[in-house]
Amino acid sequence: MIAVNVKLFAVARDLAGREELTLSLPRESSVSDLVEALVHRYPRLEEWKRYLRCALNHQYISSDQILREGDEVAIIPPVSGG
Amino acid sequence: MVRIVTEPIDIPMILESLGDPSAGGIDLFVGTTRNHSRGKKVLALEYEAYLPMALNQMQEIADGARKKWDIRNVSIVHRIGRVDIGEASVVIGVSATHRNEAFEACRYCIDTLKKVVPIWKKEFFVDGEAWVGPQGGDQ
Repeated sequence: MIAVNVKLFAVARDLAGREELTLSLPRESSVSDLVEALVHRYPRLEEWKRYLRCALNHQYISSDQILREGDEVAIIPPVSGG
Repeated sequence: MVRIVTEPIDIPMILESLGDPSAGGIDLFVGTTRNHSRGKKVLALEYEAYLPMALNQMQEIADGARKKWDIRNVSIVHRIGRVDIGEASVVIGVSATHRNEAFEACRYCIDTLKKVVPIWKKEFFVDGEAWVGPQGGDQ
């Protein structure tokens, strides 16, 4: 298993009720596996699931990217700046 | 200049930052907060940012504009925290030798910002509050 740190913002943080958490995932898990695990733990995120994007090192990453031990993944709900 | 601020945006300061003796014009876009949203009256707005990533993305947008167009200076400033109705939430300024480049680069910056920069808006209504959800064309 690998441990991945997750940061949550805006609606995702409000629905999960926390800003940060650590998820244990099987090795070779992808970004979409992480989102599935997150929604499994916090079912209220379900309706936003298809809109969530993820970022690693302040850059967006694709849903099939494989995660590594210690990665810090930011969950980015639909942005609405401007 | 790329900044995220919590105070009212200092527009004269941004204009000053864009000045260049070889520029023939400055295009300034000021995004302001609306008093209505999806048919409901909005009382106030609050913006939140994932700061390091938002600044990073804003810098990439500014750098991208410089690569795509022959412009002199570009500034992107977004305000976060509570923003009252009618106040500026975002200001984009571009100076260029010719106005066409300034207009096009400015539009590119605001359009791209709205799509990629991790900043979120929460609207406060008479009967509650809500994060703005996935948006369509007119953002």
